[in-house]
Amino acid sequence: MLARALPSVLAAVAGGGILWQVTDGAQAFTSEAARRLDVVQSPRQVPEVLLEDMVGRQVPLLPQAGEVVLVEFIYTVCGDICQISAADFAEIRDRLRAQGARVRLLSVSFDPERDTPEQMAIYGDAHEADGVMWTVARPRQKDLPGLLKLFDVTVIPDEWGGFQHNAAIHVISGDGSFSAVYDTDAVEAVLAHLDGGQP
Amino acid sequence: MRMICLGLLAMAEAVALREAAAASPVQHVLVQMPLLVLAGVLLGWNLRVRRDWAVPLLLTALTAFLFWMLPRSVDWALTPAGEAAKNLSLPLLLGVPLRLSWPWLGPVLRGFLKANALSMLGVLGFLYTHAPVRICNSYLVSAQQELGFAFLYLAAALACLWAIPVLFGHPKCGSFGTAGCSRCGV
Repeated sequence: MLARALPSVLAAVAGGGILWQVTDGAQAFTSEAARRLDVVQSPRQVPEVLLEDMVGRQVPLLPQAGEVVLVEFIYTVCGDICQISAADFAEIRDRLRAQGARVRLLSVSFDPERDTPEQMAIYGDAHEADGVMWTVARPRQKDLPGLLKLFDVTVIPDEWGGFQHNAAIHVISGDGSFSAVYDTDAVEAVLAHLDGGQP
Repeated sequence: MRMICLGLLAMAEAVALREAAAASPVQHVLVQMPLLVLAGVLLGWNLRVRRDWAVPLLLTALTAFLFWMLPRSVDWALTPAGEAAKNLSLPLLLGVPLRLSWPWLGPVLRGFLKANALSMLGVLGFLYTHAPVRICNSYLVSAQQELGFAFLYLAAALACLWAIPVLFGHPKCGSFGTAGCSRCGV
């Protein structure tokens, strides 16, 4: 009896074990959840990359002197999610400014060909990104694939000539590592994270 | 021999659909993946195993099935490593084991598996049509909703396919044959 049941038990245990492993212990069923879990467990070093901002100035992606950088990937003519998330990003900026926190916010375009500084300035104006604490910037075309890969951002063209992408707020800690991902509307969670307490 | 050729044909067809799979989740999940499973079923058509192996093989097939049902696996299947894993594991770890174990499964277990397949398709259909977020990063929201509806249509079609013989008798058994349908369950 035992000998007859053994192969079945082994197959069940192996199958359960495999499914447990590939879902990170039943925590991540989608690739988005998987990337969020992965960056928390093993933060990824962000390379030294310069971005061009709304006035054509070069700004570093990496945090400078102990600050924290929050990054959102956008394209300026985005019709829906980027507009809503920009409003949330503005709220985060306002509250951090009130706290006097050393945080820089970057909306990084993944469409650097169309998003010229002028175009980015229009987007910045529309969302009150004044270039002080929060600026809109584009990477050089040759840096873009590496950045999207590092942050695990998938951009696919949609039916209307725009894009769909896994929009989120990416946290680069003071040591230059990409270490957390939050929903674009998770204002409280981001503030709590920056406050030191992991939510 | 003919079945092996058909199996290889289904496999080639599935591999040829790689562009279509990347373009639409319906073609990926409901055309290419089932073709790969079909390839495995056909390849194993004339093989027989002892009854002892039926349950372990069924569990292997279920594991492969559940793995490829995960949205993150569907995303992974579009990368080179994931694509190779998909093309090999769906025929060999799902199609072949399912075919080998099926003759040994009793009518109750078959009915259980079918009922679960239907309810699971219904749940997936609801999830993919109503999810407020994108479930697969590689596909558009509109495509995700199409996939959800395709799951529901498939569930309805399979429900008809499986219920009609139960309600009106299987053609091979004659209507309401006294032998029951254990001999000829599809």
